[in-house]
Amino acid sequence: MNESELKTVLLATLCSIAPEVEPEELRQDRPLRNQVDLDSMDWLNFLIGLHDKLKVDIPESDYARLVTLNDLIAYLGAKLPP
Amino acid sequence: MHNVIRKTDADLLLTPNFSDYEGGRRHFSWEDERQRLAGLPGGGLNIAFEAVERHASGALRDKTAFRFLGRDVPAQDVSWGELSRQTSRFANVLRRLGVGKGERLFVLAGRIPELYVAVLGSLKNGTVVSPLFSAFGPEPIATRVNLGAGRVLVTTESLYLKKVSRWRDKMPTLEHVLLVADEAGSTTAVSGTLDLASLMALEPDDFELEATGPEDMSLLHFTSGTTGTPKGAVHVHGAVLTHHATGRFALDLHREDTYWCTADPGWVTGTSYGIIAPLLHGVTSIIDREEFDAERWYGILEQEMVSVWYTAPTAIRMLMKAGAELARRHRFPRLRFVASVGEPLNPEAVWWGKEVLGLPIHDNWWQTETGGIMIANTPAFDIKPGSMGRPLPGVEAAIVERQEDGSVKLVDTAGKEGELALKAGWPSMFRGYLHNEERYRKCFADGWYLTGDLATRDEDGYFWFVGRSDDVIKSAGHLIGPFEVESVLMEHPAVAEAGVIGKPDPMVGEVVKAFVSLKLGFEPGEPLRLELLGHARKRLGAAVAPKEIDFLPTLPRTRSGKIMRRLLKARELGLPEGDTSTLEGGA
Repeated sequence: MNESELKTVLLATLCSIAPEVEPEELRQDRPLRNQVDLDSMDWLNFLIGLHDKLKVDIPESDYARLVTLNDLIAYLGAKLPP
Repeated sequence: MHNVIRKTDADLLLTPNFSDYEGGRRHFSWEDERQRLAGLPGGGLNIAFEAVERHASGALRDKTAFRFLGRDVPAQDVSWGELSRQTSRFANVLRRLGVGKGERLFVLAGRIPELYVAVLGSLKNGTVVSPLFSAFGPEPIATRVNLGAGRVLVTTESLYLKKVSRWRDKMPTLEHVLLVADEAGSTTAVSGTLDLASLMALEPDDFELEATGPEDMSLLHFTSGTTGTPKGAVHVHGAVLTHHATGRFALDLHREDTYWCTADPGWVTGTSYGIIAPLLHGVTSIIDREEFDAERWYGILEQEMVSVWYTAPTAIRMLMKAGAELARRHRFPRLRFVASVGEPLNPEAVWWGKEVLGLPIHDNWWQTETGGIMIANTPAFDIKPGSMGRPLPGVEAAIVERQEDGSVKLVDTAGKEGELALKAGWPSMFRGYLHNEERYRKCFADGWYLTGDLATRDEDGYFWFVGRSDDVIKSAGHLIGPFEVESVLMEHPAVAEAGVIGKPDPMVGEVVKAFVSLKLGFEPGEPLRLELLGHARKRLGAAVAPKEIDFLPTLPRTRSGKIMRRLLKARELGLPEGDTSTLEGGA
């Protein structure tokens, strides 16, 4: 999966939880939760959704460094088969 | 798991403020508590004077009152002296704008220093503060500002642009919007607003406090009912007696503590115990601007050497989910007391605290209307996991049954369910629902305040929460009124009717679940479900909007036309449907 495919999965997962999001308005280098209104449960569901779709383990101890879309792309990209 | 956690002296790092239950209650009086406060120099009482000025002019002038933490910003310490100067500047800004005593100021912001300055500065000016949760969407914000006739709003540039500016004309009472820049040190320039930092820079840093009395309105906290609009619970400056007493008894605050209340000041806990109570006691507070993150929270407890921690069941259950392994990478040698509020804490969570943090978690109970903690588990006394504890000094609680004639009957039998009631008259009792005298009166009978919570009391005097007597939803410790959610769903062109319930959830207590039926010509399906979800989230914000939406051909209604939420809930849970004699045919 290349970066652009990964980004598509990320945004689709995000939009299933927060359908009001306009993906083109998101800044990849800014904290996602400053741009999208996600409460703790939404955030958890987002990460669980990514896990289900990508079959990648995201241990809770890694949550703290997943702040921006770029963080997520880099983190998940490294865990996915090329 | 209903056994008891016995306390011994070995469990205590400090002598608790409240160690003789019967004696402490018998010898307590609110008059004595008043003597522990300073009072205004010319008589009168003001929350901000007790919280800030009293210490700023004394030995605590240079002590850290608040320590603000953030991910990308260095920690910022604010001393009592600095807090006094900043809040004076803010109060002077209000005075210059012609905003005075009794008028309403709303705050809508994350946990940034300016929010705390605005709240306390307003109180110094006698201006009534109404905190809004920053995760509210435009609809709940506008509804509350209008109900409270808000004249001033303090918010950030980004929140204003996202949630207020386009709806500004719907809030005719709102005259002044004071903006905090998103980037520290920059100046905002948004039409129709004023830059707060620029205004404050022009003002002197001393201020003669408005002469408020114990019965003058101080805070306006909105809470949700089953029907109609949110209710504005009116609180007075005299509430400071309860804040002070409960800081001593329920949170066991000692001057040398480092205290962390994780609640957001958008809700009553974050105001009474995130701002006021620790300041009253001269205790340093940690304030984290970031959202929940297990690793981050353990790091804060450890690095900041938190000694008293006041948090919520949802957060505790999320920590439990993150696993004990994560916790065990940290050490909490100074942590001596952990308390929780928001919804009943399940016994497993109480025990988890003991195993993983080394301390059991002490549940307590109160609500927006009570203004402060009423019933609590406290350091010196045994815990019955799952119980909210026992009434604090100055609080008389009972289980009652409402009678047909409007009176109440006390339930004396241990373990028998009834409505939790409090003997009216404690200082932080709400003094009204704004503009709704009738609704206020209905909360009282025979000198008791009826809480709307169903509970039991056991033979040892411990109270146990059973459920709500109405349809109000409790999610992540916050009350959500189903009507507010239903109204927004009904505004969507596809929706014919909407019924909203709280669906039990192991993490957050209840999640908001909506059932909708559609108007002719609309098809249920995933695209429409997402559209409705997006619509509700945009209008209500993530904290209030439903997490789940289901389509039904029609919703069950009573013959008088009211949606039977109770029945929707029973069906959702696969429970017996109970009395359906009032059900309209065919649903």
